[in-house]
Amino acid sequence: MELDVFHLFLWEPIAFEGTFFEVNRVVLLMYFAALVTVGFFWLGTRRQQLVPKGMQLAAETGYLFVRNNIAIDIMGPKGAQYAPFLTCFFFFIFFSNFLEILPFVNFPVTSRMAIPAVLALTSWVVYVSIGFKRHGFSYVKDIAFPPGVPKWVYVILTPIELLSTFIIRPFTLAIRLLANMLAGHVLLTIFFLFTEELLLHGTLLQRPLGILTFLVAILLVVFEFMVILIQAYIFTTLTAFYIAESLEGHGEEEHAEDAHPEPIRETELAPA
Amino acid sequence: MIELAQEAGATGEGLSALAGGIAFGLAATGAAIGIGNIFANAIQAMARQPETAGQTRTTMFIGFALIEALALIGFVLTFIL
Repeated sequence: MELDVFHLFLWEPIAFEGTFFEVNRVVLLMYFAALVTVGFFWLGTRRQQLVPKGMQLAAETGYLFVRNNIAIDIMGPKGAQYAPFLTCFFFFIFFSNFLEILPFVNFPVTSRMAIPAVLALTSWVVYVSIGFKRHGFSYVKDIAFPPGVPKWVYVILTPIELLSTFIIRPFTLAIRLLANMLAGHVLLTIFFLFTEELLLHGTLLQRPLGILTFLVAILLVVFEFMVILIQAYIFTTLTAFYIAESLEGHGEEEHAEDAHPEPIRETELAPA
Repeated sequence: MIELAQEAGATGEGLSALAGGIAFGLAATGAAIGIGNIFANAIQAMARQPETAGQTRTTMFIGFALIEALALIGFVLTFIL
């Protein structure tokens, strides 16, 4: 049995072949993930009640997690205004990844480079434009020439800093998400294929081995769920981290300009 | 090692598979040591100062992600090789 890895990720176009809007299974699944993301928050905010329950509770808990544990934890009180943006990232990536272990779908759309690349590019545009907006041109100058180092170090430091901030960051952001989902998909496929091959077509000696691979495959699904959550969390956290660096700049500037806002209690989100 | 493989009559395809295996193996070794260090020290920090566990966890995940990227670049490289 030979497994061609590339075959796992290639899908024939279904509709609008040859045009710009060509659709294949991956694109359909991406639309589905986007729709689920929108639907999740639409259902969650449709009928707001003072005491949230059901979908509203889920949506508010998710939003507050991103707001308090990612945005405010990393960017400080200023971070609260970027919470909606980060929430979109977190939940879109989470639902796209979740398709990996959804029965009958079993394909994470983030394992095709296009989607992580666009997400990473969005993140890049946001943190670079925030940096330019806050510091003007000295944003680039602060990155290229951080203060407080001996002059001769700049020969090495400047290229490394520029390269890492403007090229390596979005690149690794995309690669990290892609490779995790790719590896997960290949892993699950291999174990389920082995199970099928050994249990149904194997000799008498191979069948117990098939049961073993089946048990491991089930454990791997749980493991992949953890990876899915962690990857969504890491992508969002790193974006928040990059935005925080753009906000503060490399040199020490004004800090603690206003007091910490209290984390929002659930009741404040409900309509008055 | 390449000579050994050639003596064994390996084709170009087999050699590139070998190269991919070695590349990912080496990439994974370094990242494994780094990630092990990060988690070990984070657990130690959390055990010593449970009140700062939240902040430690955030920093831990950032460091973990940055190092993990190196292993994953090696993983992608195996498909390119």
